Amino acid sequence: MLDIHLQAASLTYGSRCVFDKLDLSLPGGHWTCMLGSSGVGKTTLIRMLAGLMADSDTVRYQGQVSCGDGKPLQGRCAWMAQQDSLLPWCSALDNVLLGERLRHGRLWCTRSALSEQRDRAMVLLQELGLADLAERLPHQLSGGQRQRVALARTLMENRPVVLMDEPFAALDAITRLRLQDMAARMLEGRTVLLITHDPLEAVRLGHQVLELRGRPARLAPPLVPPGLPPRPLDDPRLLALQGQLLAQLREDSIHNEQGLDSNDRPDIREADA
Amino acid sequence: MKGWSRPLLAITGLLLLWQLVVTGLSVPEYILPAPVAVLARLYTDAGLLWSHALVTLAEMLMALVLGVGLGLVTALCLLSCTRLRIWLLPLLLLTQAMPLFALAPLLMLWLGYGMASKVAAAVLMVFFPVTNSFYDGLRHTNRDWLDLASTLNARSRATLMLVRCPAALPSLASGLRTAVVIVPIGAVAGEWVGSSAGLGYLMMQANARLWVDLLFAALFLLALCTVALYYLTDWWLRRLISWHKPS
Ligand SMILES: Nc1ncnc2c1ncn2[C@@H]1O[C@H](COP(=O)(O)OP(=O)(O)OP(=O)(O)O)[C@@H](O)[C@H]1O
Ligand SMILES: [Mg+2]
Repeated sequence: MLDIHLQAASLTYGSRCVFDKLDLSLPGGHWTCMLGSSGVGKTTLIRMLAGLMADSDTVRYQGQVSCGDGKPLQGRCAWMAQQDSLLPWCSALDNVLLGERLRHGRLWCTRSALSEQRDRAMVLLQELGLADLAERLPHQLSGGQRQRVALARTLMENRPVVLMDEPFAALDAITRLRLQDMAARMLEGRTVLLITHDPLEAVRLGHQVLELRGRPARLAPPLVPPGLPPRPLDDPRLLALQGQLLAQLREDSIHNEQGLDSNDRPDIREADA
Repeated sequence: MKGWSRPLLAITGLLLLWQLVVTGLSVPEYILPAPVAVLARLYTDAGLLWSHALVTLAEMLMALVLGVGLGLVTALCLLSCTRLRIWLLPLLLLTQAMPLFALAPLLMLWLGYGMASKVAAAVLMVFFPVTNSFYDGLRHTNRDWLDLASTLNARSRATLMLVRCPAALPSLASGLRTAVVIVPIGAVAGEWVGSSAGLGYLMMQANARLWVDLLFAALFLLALCTVALYYLTDWWLRRLISWHKPS
């Protein structure tokens, strides 16, 4: 159970300030879901957490990522991008084994050299209902199946922290629900940050729900849905929360379009812990 | 079979037209021989033509192996050594800026009358498109894959070999197709400058003696070799990168 804190994070692309002195806390062993309108800076924030930002002429950033145990986060978080980003020339199984391959001392290790990991990967694929498709190439899989392979690859790494950027965005409603359940079950006890556009997904899966808004972006105070995730869909409180969040998101987008800084509105304070 | 019928029809039609023009306008043999005469030459001098074609084909294949190898290594060097890049790139351009027909005599002077000078000339043709296309592919690896590799704590060598190189294959493939088509230019140019065998040599000899039908027969064989090589390469590349679905 690893707490993650991001302190005083600032980032600018050229002259565009995406966020300024932003603080974010991810409680250990909990799911944090983050909402926010398109272009507000969610992907930027998660990439910064994953250590994928590099200072360049156009990108300037600052900020401290610290973990509860005092050690660096680098190398201890799994990252699942918005697209499944499977390697198209590798079979589903090889994609799940990618991490092992890339860390292996010898470059051209055969599958037998990885027999132990291979077995583990097969178990994961089986649990996700992909055992028959292990030898297929990504272009022979459906979008939902590809997303499940990407999930298997993320799980294969067995990291304490998992960062997911809209992992289920491109799926139909039913597949999405099934994947949400699988992910919730298999990532139980990890520290998870999940970015999503879907308020229902956020209130179903999150121990806390955050909203990023404004320019530069700030975090609204965390919303804590009742009960434990994954919450049943027929819970009326869930639907009420979803409605509330949708209304809030719509209001923010109207304010953004009018060029108002939503941070100036009195009802929103910064969510400092 | 349907894919082959149209080109075959087009070629037959063209040959027919050619035959008609030659017989209809009674063009002299030493200006433009009739296709029938060329075909007859191909048949009667098959042994001679084939022995020379083998020499040129060998030169082309050797140049392809060496040129592609050199191109791949150069592209990898360009990618991995930033300091080398600023020196290597202008040098590469220099080799391409000098016309091959000016370099060929020099190559013969240095490497002798034999095959080596022809292979070298063809390598000069081949390696640049290979280097260029592979380097381009290596530089434009999908950002997501590289980010993924970095969050997987990949070794940088492993990222290069397991992610960057395969990702560059579609780009490299277009370079290879170009290479296969232009490699005869190098080999034949080398043979023209000075040689005792090869289709280029045969063409020079035939031209000097006004055996235009033999010249055409040699030309036909050269084209046949190139086209066959192209389709073979294309077939192999398609199989190799069957995962790549152009949008
Ligand atoms: N490399 C870049 N250079 C300049 N501006 C960028 C760059 N990447 C992103 N931006 C800008 O920064 C802002 C935040 O982008 P980001 O990708 O983080 O948004 P997002 O919240 O993830 O949006 P979405 O929900 O659509 O994925 C956007 O306005 C975008 O235009
Ligand atoms: Mg995004």
